[in-house]
Amino acid sequence: MLPLLHLAQEQDGYLTSVKESRRSPNSPARRRPTCAAPPLFYDMYHLEPVGKYVVGVCTNVACLLAGGLELLDHASETLGCAVGSTSDDGLFTLEETECLADCNIAPCVQVNHRYVRTTTPDAFDAMVDELKTGKRDHDIPSHGTLIRVRRSGGLRASESEVASERGDAKAARDKREAEKK
Amino acid sequence: VAVLDAPRIVTARERFDDSYTLARYLETGGYAGLRKALTMFPEDVAAEVDAASLLGRGGAGFPAGRKWSMLRKSPVSYLVVNGDESEPATFKDHYLVERDPHQLVEGVIIAAYALQVNQAFIYIRGEFALGLERVQQALNDAYEYGALGSKIFDSDFSIDIVVHPGAGAYICGEETALIEGLEGKRGFPRIKPPFFPAVNGLYGEPTVVNNVETMSNLPWIISNGGAAFAALGGGRSTGTRLFALAGRVKNPGAYEIEMVKNTFRDLIYDPKLGGGIIGDHQIKAFIPGGVSAPWFGPDLLDLPLGQDEVAEKGSMLGSGSVVVFDETSCVVRATWRITKFFSRESCGQCTPCREGSGWIERAMYRLEHGGGRMEDLDMLLDLCDNIAPGLTWPPQQTTICVLGSSIPSSVHSAISMFRDEFAQHVNDGGCPFD
Repeated sequence: MLPLLHLAQEQDGYLTSVKESRRSPNSPARRRPTCAAPPLFYDMYHLEPVGKYVVGVCTNVACLLAGGLELLDHASETLGCAVGSTSDDGLFTLEETECLADCNIAPCVQVNHRYVRTTTPDAFDAMVDELKTGKRDHDIPSHGTLIRVRRSGGLRASESEVASERGDAKAARDKREAEKK
Repeated sequence: VAVLDAPRIVTARERFDDSYTLARYLETGGYAGLRKALTMFPEDVAAEVDAASLLGRGGAGFPAGRKWSMLRKSPVSYLVVNGDESEPATFKDHYLVERDPHQLVEGVIIAAYALQVNQAFIYIRGEFALGLERVQQALNDAYEYGALGSKIFDSDFSIDIVVHPGAGAYICGEETALIEGLEGKRGFPRIKPPFFPAVNGLYGEPTVVNNVETMSNLPWIISNGGAAFAALGGGRSTGTRLFALAGRVKNPGAYEIEMVKNTFRDLIYDPKLGGGIIGDHQIKAFIPGGVSAPWFGPDLLDLPLGQDEVAEKGSMLGSGSVVVFDETSCVVRATWRITKFFSRESCGQCTPCREGSGWIERAMYRLEHGGGRMEDLDMLLDLCDNIAPGLTWPPQQTTICVLGSSIPSSVHSAISMFRDEFAQHVNDGGCPFD
C-alpha cells in the first residue's frame, strides 16, 4: 500500500483525491477505510497541493545544536512562505522536519527528500537560486517522485501464468454468481 | 588513546567513491561470504552467527542468533530488514544503505539462507530517496548477477527480495509497527505477547526482523568465521560497531570502532574520531544511545562503549548515536525539542503516551520561552512517572510499545542533572542562551 501511494503521489506531487473521495459515497476510500487511513497517518503523503519543491529543514536535537531553528527562520524569509505553507509562485513548500539521519552535516536540509547539504544561510540561498534556474533538475525531480530506479528482476510468475490464473478465478466467480441467481 | 587497529567490517569500502556499485563490490571480495554460505548447511550458517554472538544493532541489542532460533517452523516465513532509521541523531544505517547496498543485500541473502526463508523485505524509511534508489539498483544488479532469484549461484536455494519505502513515521522503527506498515496499514505497534513476530508476524506468518547494520555484518562473519568476530570487543559486546557521533563536536560522523576497548572519551576526543568539542569548550553532558536513552554527565566519559557497561550505569547504547552538549548549548531547549519530537511521533494508541507527550511538550515549551514556573519541574517529573512508573531504568511500561517509556528519559535526566538551569529559565523569564 505505501509504495502504491508513493506512486500515486508521483503524478501531482500530492494525493489529489483522498479528501474528495472520502466525501463521495461510492469512492473506494469510503468503502474501504484501510486505503484512506495510511495517507492520514504518514507524514510523507500530502493531501493539499504542494510546491514543485518541498524543502525540509531539520530542527531536531543534533541540528538544533547546530542552529537548525535559525536556518528554518532564514529559509522562511528566503522562500517567502511560513513554515508549513507554499510560496506564492507555487514553487516551494517549506516544512520543519524531524531527524533526517544526516546529522554529521547539520543543520540538515532536504529538497524533495534529496539531501542538499547546505548548512549556512548563504549556501541555502545559492541552492535556492540553482533550483529556480533549473540547474538541479538532474538530481532533484519534482515532488512526489521518490524512487526513479524501477524493479527489473524477481521471482515473478510469467504474464501468461497470471492471466490464466485470473481467468480461472473469474470463471469460478461467474459460476458462483450464476448459481446464486 | 583510542584502539583503532580492528578490521573494518561494515565500512571496509569507505575510501571508494563508487562503493555502491556491483563492480567495486566484486573487486573488493563481494559475494564471497554468500558463496561460502551456500556450501554450508543452513543450520551451520546460523551456528556461525550464534558463535559470533552478534548483538542486534537496532537498539534493543538482542542476540541475532537467538532471535533466529525462536522462529516458529512453518511452510511460509519471512525475513524483514529494518531500515527505518529515525531515532534522532542516528545516521549509521543511512550510511550503510547509501554507501554499501550490496553488502546489505548479501547479508540479507545469507540470513535468508540460514533461516531457509524465500521472501525477504527491506523496509527503508521514505526520506532516504537516494538510498532507496541505490538498494533497488543493487537488487536489480544482484538478480542479473545470479545472486538473487531462483536457484542462486546454481544452488537449490531461491530467494526474492523486495525493497519497501516507508512514508515518514518514527514509530515504524518498532518491529511490529514496521510489519503493520508493510501490510499497508497505519503503523500501530501490536500488543506482544501474543504477537511476537517470530511466531505471528507479517501476514500472520513467522517473521524475523533484523536491523540493517546487523545484516551488513554477516558477509564478514561468514567469510572470516564467527570466532574471529567474537574475538573482537569484549564481554557480551563482540565485534565492531558503527557509532554515529553528532552534536557539538569538531568532526561529527559515523565511526566504526571496536566495542568495549574504546570509551566515550576516545570517541569524542580522539583526533581521528570526534576531535574534541567545537571551540574547545567544556562538555556538559552527552546522550549515549539515541534520544530514548537517559543522559550521562562528563564523569562517565571513561565508560567503555559496551552494551552491559552502559546498561550498568543506567542507560543504553541503543541505536549507537552519541550526542554531545557543551556549555554553550541550552539543555532546556534540547529537551523541549526532544519531547516535541515524541509528541509528534506518538502513534496515538495508548493514552499515557499520546496525552502525556503533548502535556510534557507544552510544559517544556513554556519553560524554554519564559512562561515557566518552578512547580512545573515537579509536575513534569510526576507526568513522567505516570508514563513510566518509578522512573527506573530499564523503564516500566504502561504502553504497548517502548516509545511511551522513552519520553521520560531525557526529561528526567535534564531535570535531575540541570535543575539550576531550569530555575534560571524560570527566574529570568526566558532562555539565558538567547
